[in-house]
Amino acid sequence: MVSDQHVNDVAIDIRSVSKLFGDFVALDNVSVGILDNEFFTLLGPSGCGKTTLLRTIAGFEDVSSGEIVLYGENIAGLPPNQRPVNTVFQQYALFPHMNVTQNVKFGLLRQGVDEATATRRVNEVLDLVQLTPFATRLPSQMSGGQQQRVALARALAPNPKVLLLDEPLSALDLKLRQAVRLELQQLQSDTGITFVFVTHDQEEALTMSDRIAVINNGQLQQVGSAEEIYEAPKNKFVANFIGETNLIDVNVTSVSDGKASCSLPGGMAFSCSAADGAITGDGHLSIRPERVTLVSPAKGILRGTVTRQIYLGTDMHVDVQLEDKGLVKVRVQNSSSMRIPPVGDEVGLNLEADAARLLVD
Amino acid sequence: MASRKLDLRYFPGFRPLTFLCLFLLYAPLIIVMVYSFNDSISITKWGGLSLRWYHEVFFGPEAPKFQTAAFNSLTIALIAATLATAIATSAATAMIRAGNFKGRSFGFVLINLPIMVPEIVTAVATLIFFSAIGFTTGYLTIVIAHTVFCIPFAYLPIAARMQSIDNTYEQAALDLYATKFAAFKLVLLPLMAPGIFSGFLLAFIISLDDFIITNFVKGAGIETLPTAIFGSVKRGIQPNIMAISTLLLVVSVVFVTLSYLVGRTGEKSK
Repeated sequence: MVSDQHVNDVAIDIRSVSKLFGDFVALDNVSVGILDNEFFTLLGPSGCGKTTLLRTIAGFEDVSSGEIVLYGENIAGLPPNQRPVNTVFQQYALFPHMNVTQNVKFGLLRQGVDEATATRRVNEVLDLVQLTPFATRLPSQMSGGQQQRVALARALAPNPKVLLLDEPLSALDLKLRQAVRLELQQLQSDTGITFVFVTHDQEEALTMSDRIAVINNGQLQQVGSAEEIYEAPKNKFVANFIGETNLIDVNVTSVSDGKASCSLPGGMAFSCSAADGAITGDGHLSIRPERVTLVSPAKGILRGTVTRQIYLGTDMHVDVQLEDKGLVKVRVQNSSSMRIPPVGDEVGLNLEADAARLLVD
Repeated sequence: MASRKLDLRYFPGFRPLTFLCLFLLYAPLIIVMVYSFNDSISITKWGGLSLRWYHEVFFGPEAPKFQTAAFNSLTIALIAATLATAIATSAATAMIRAGNFKGRSFGFVLINLPIMVPEIVTAVATLIFFSAIGFTTGYLTIVIAHTVFCIPFAYLPIAARMQSIDNTYEQAALDLYATKFAAFKLVLLPLMAPGIFSGFLLAFIISLDDFIITNFVKGAGIETLPTAIFGSVKRGIQPNIMAISTLLLVVSVVFVTLSYLVGRTGEKSK
């Protein structure tokens, strides 16, 4: 099979791309390789540069420096209409004066595809997104979810090498968003087209992506699978941005071979994994709330007082104020066998050593 | 909600002042319209309802003169409005879609200044300019002068429309392999069409109604409807003038209303 040769080829190689708007650095020397046939997500808070990166790939923004290499060809200088990539816009940007068929056919006709072939391809993609009965509707006569599928069909019709999606789910309501996530994932694996997806929603990123690039302040923070990013965040920003975490102030005594020894507040020694680049001295230990266990004060390696309980249905969230300094969030599963200490009780805390991680600041 | 005391309606004397202004604005027009249906030859005494002055306009002794003038007015307005709309569309595209280029605000002032300049000044200046270059054809000088002063009137609705069109539509077109020209022709232009049509209608009516500039640059031997009316009035006001004025007023109102309605289409659906 032809596609076998492409597996794990680099689809888009972003090489040292920087983008300046006047004095503002939107992208700061970003380098990342997006693989062929991959669902790749650019994740970050608003204004972090993720949309700018997408727009430099599409060609709507020039790069200030660096290269964007698409299957071996540097496309950084090409106008958008000469790049074999298509975009699904945040507000869809469907042409309001054209019906669904005309919208989807637009790219094909501009490419010079003949009318008969174009019509066949339009029917194919409309079938793919289940919009065949709506072929003659105008965008204004359709719901948000349907418009979103038209936008997908329109971008997929010319068979782009890469599909760029700029927060396409943000205009949909919650229920629909969850359904469309699955559809998008399915569509990606059905078509085999590389998807580059921009979002600020970490849940969206975690559930859909093969790999995620976390971006902040125009800089790439970490690239990896959902699991890698969640379980082994590289720095404070990633740990805080993806899910909930505790950052505990520690004094690091030694770091070697990805392992660190440190002393916890209260003086107990603790060893755990360390992110690349971690150093000795003052540091931060990250541990997810569900990886902290409540024990009796004598048995814990940390000690504190329960200050708050929040009932979350399946879980219970407990805030523990440490004796020395800092607050630790604990998440306990609700079950009848376990007594959760009430507010004001002294408790001890244990940290699962394989889930704790020393971060780079 | 704001206090009722701040509501303009509760200001003493506001209501009578409003009615006075409206009366001064519209009473003369209403009198002309009513008396155009007067059966009497007098322009002050009412002699019963009749369409005789409208008949006089189309079939009376002065009919050929007014018909020629009306034909000139309509063709001049058509040509001038078309040219002005084309120029205004190009100008709006440059002003709104070409980014923040140097001299952009100066350009904006330059395009819209003619609305602020007293028309008599423009009229004198245009006349001096045409005679300085020895250009005194009549019909053609009117067309050129009208085209020029119609541009800002066509520009305003076109620019307003264009500003309301998000530029992601053009980006989407470029993304889908359209050339810049194709993106303009296939996407931007159809979306702008209501604004362009609205601008055209406004320019058309401004040209049709113009008197001052036309009177200065027309030269001898050619009349438009406003100058023909003025010529007749100088020899005493006949009731048929009221009929023509009423017709012109109706055409103007229809066009301006149309321009307003067309300019609004598609804005609600967003």
